[in-house]
Amino acid sequence: MVDTLQPTTEHAHDDGHDEHHGASGLLNWLTTTDHKIIGMNYTVTSVIMMLLGGAMAMLIRAQLTVPDGGLVSLAKYNELFTMHGSIMIYLFAGPFAFGGLANYMVPIQIGAPDMAFPRLNALSYWLYLTGSITMLLGFFTAGGAANFGWVGYAPLSNSLNAPGAGADLWVGALILTGFSAIFTGVNLVATIFYLRAPGMTMFRMPIFTWNMLVTGILILLAFPVLTAGLVMLYCDRHFGTHIYDANGGGSPVLWQHIFWFWGHPEVYILALPFFGMVTEIIPVFSKKPLFGYKGMVFATITIAALSTGVWAHHMFTTGVVLLPFFSFMTYLISIPTGMKFFNWIGSMWGGQVQFTSAMLFSIGFLLTFLIGGITGILLASPPLDFFTHDTYFVVAHFHSVVIALVIGAMAGIFYWYPKMTGRFLSERLGKIQFWLLFGGGLLFVMPGYLVGLRGMPRRMAVYIIDPTWQNLNIWSSVGGFLMGISMLIFAANALKTMKTPKTAGPNPWDGHTLEWFTTSPPPHHNFYSLPNIKSERPTWDYFHPDAPALTHDDHDPSHVPGAVKADAQ
Amino acid sequence: MNDLANSTESAIAPTSKNRPSRKGLGWIALAIAPILLSGCQIPGFGINQGVTETSHKVYKLWQGFMVTGLIVGGFTFVLIVFAAIRYRRRSNEIPRQTQYNTLVEVLYTVIPTIIVGFLFYFTIVVENPEVALVSNPPAKVKVVAFQWGWRFSYPENPMVTVVGQSTENPELVLPVGETVQLNLSSLDVVHGFYVKEFAFSQYALPGVVNKFDFKATKAGEFQTQCTQMCGLYHSLMYFKVKTIPAADYHQCLTNSTSGKQFIACANNTTTALYHRNTATQGAPVHHG
Repeated sequence: MVDTLQPTTEHAHDDGHDEHHGASGLLNWLTTTDHKIIGMNYTVTSVIMMLLGGAMAMLIRAQLTVPDGGLVSLAKYNELFTMHGSIMIYLFAGPFAFGGLANYMVPIQIGAPDMAFPRLNALSYWLYLTGSITMLLGFFTAGGAANFGWVGYAPLSNSLNAPGAGADLWVGALILTGFSAIFTGVNLVATIFYLRAPGMTMFRMPIFTWNMLVTGILILLAFPVLTAGLVMLYCDRHFGTHIYDANGGGSPVLWQHIFWFWGHPEVYILALPFFGMVTEIIPVFSKKPLFGYKGMVFATITIAALSTGVWAHHMFTTGVVLLPFFSFMTYLISIPTGMKFFNWIGSMWGGQVQFTSAMLFSIGFLLTFLIGGITGILLASPPLDFFTHDTYFVVAHFHSVVIALVIGAMAGIFYWYPKMTGRFLSERLGKIQFWLLFGGGLLFVMPGYLVGLRGMPRRMAVYIIDPTWQNLNIWSSVGGFLMGISMLIFAANALKTMKTPKTAGPNPWDGHTLEWFTTSPPPHHNFYSLPNIKSERPTWDYFHPDAPALTHDDHDPSHVPGAVKADAQ
Repeated sequence: MNDLANSTESAIAPTSKNRPSRKGLGWIALAIAPILLSGCQIPGFGINQGVTETSHKVYKLWQGFMVTGLIVGGFTFVLIVFAAIRYRRRSNEIPRQTQYNTLVEVLYTVIPTIIVGFLFYFTIVVENPEVALVSNPPAKVKVVAFQWGWRFSYPENPMVTVVGQSTENPELVLPVGETVQLNLSSLDVVHGFYVKEFAFSQYALPGVVNKFDFKATKAGEFQTQCTQMCGLYHSLMYFKVKTIPAADYHQCLTNSTSGKQFIACANNTTTALYHRNTATQGAPVHHG
């Protein structure tokens, strides 16, 4: 079996990873424009950020095991949850997905040698790294790090209420990472539109690439708004512009509008890449094509389009937004999301589902995301949002979603690790990690929902003495600690592979898409040869010419074997 | 949800050999049946009815949403787990490469659309009266939030103003059986006015006055606090809401010459009526 999966045996002597530039070591790393090295840099940096943000979460959960705190002061607690949220959203989830795995995989998946603008890509990474360090430096300033929540609501974030340098570093960091994201968005969109290999039509692109195209477009719509908003915040802080200051004729709610106009598309900028990953993984480990490829593409586009019109559902309780409109738009977004669920189920249906770690994490993603999705529909109803806004119910809701994303990130890592390094992560450790992360995640969010319904507000360093509140918080904390342990197991697993030999081969999972048609890791400029691309599964078609025929309900000529359209861009 | 999962997982094993689809559906129906059958006595799913006319409606809306959510979520959950276990790998044989099924695709687009249509309709039914204001409210209170405390003043008697910072836990007194209108604003940053038993929260914004009505149905005392992150002492920005019979409310207001007197009067008249809510009996902590 493995022998037949060697499309490039004539090149087996080439280990493929070496740069052909002549530069080596540190200099090479500093000056590289290779999307694979930049992608690895992004991935490693963002995973380190996740571990840092996770460590802060551990302190937060430890603080909440007793009502009167005592572990950290009120001031330090505010810094901790602000930086936990900021790191996880701005420095981990997005950069990991669109800077890390997408940067690495998108050019390979479409048969391109690199991103469209390799130097801009390098600039993106260095802006991201600089921004990340800038934000973290806040902890070393006299006034401490930013302490107004990751949403930075005006006027709590103005120079009167947050005078410290930590807040300025936070604003500056977000401007830097904002430009980084915009450049990556430009790069993704240009690469996908212009660098596809001959035969790779739009509707033969891997679904992960589709998701990254839509993510790139969303980045271009959303991030400039946030970056502009942050520049105005900086002007308010230092030049007395009063843009968000009610006393000077400005409006604090304007900040909320600008922030969430970025913030809600951002939710999908974070989620779509992970949707894309599991949509790649589930069909591969079910040995079937994606159930509704085109439906999936249109669902993704619909989600993205709707996501630009729902931002004010974060602002129902401001009393100054049009409730029915934003409520209705939010309900609508659940329809394409539901379609995705049934597509994932349909892809497993009738297949040969193989429970590798990547597949387990993908199923864990579906189940955890399902909980976050259902509670999201509850929150879309303004009367129910009035009831639960700013309580732990909301915290539990979006943690259900983001924990699903972390589980999805793990699915992506376990799936593509052999491609990126040539080595396998330990499946045994992977499965232990899965059950700890999935179980810990559920144990963390479920008591959160309950304590929220019992009235516990979010962002509380101390809380009233109530045995039920405390018990629920302890259970949440235990779940949080289990997730922490699962991440240590992951770190150990990754470090352990450094000593193992490169045994992965080009196509260890019997994959569908082009990245499985090249060596692991791929050579400089990615390919020695490409197969004929005549469906959305070129690698599968190449290795399974005799596979049971694709049966279609509707007859699409592009799926008929042999009907190759000469569509070279 | 857990019950659903357990019953199906155990159910899948015997059915997986032959004709899974029809038997599988039967088991799914069996798993959902307890929820449907308990419909005549729908539980509160973690909340109680609250003490205002609106909170009663919100409670029913919540029940409806939770039942729908559990059915839809449970169905999807069962399908995911069923598909993964039923179609787990048994051989290296390549399965039939099926893709697209127009009927299924239409169903999973249309049915969710109908469901969210209903959810939206019932949302509007509860929401419209909730955010509507009566034109001449018999009682009015002006609520001003600040770092880190609350000021409650009563236009009916300009001498009555109650101010309290953080753990002083100031008291907001409201009438029972009569519509009261609150004017909410903030002196500095954004704060959150939230009363769980009223099933309601609203931002206190600087530069904006938010107005909303309550009609309490029950006398009681409710411990609560600011919900919107507002700086260093956010977690200690407590306040208390007390509802007393409307006649006593107006009498106390008329007879008082200060906020202190008003609170004392409110506390004295109706102690026997208080129905303490056990969920929020906790006392504020004093952080050293």
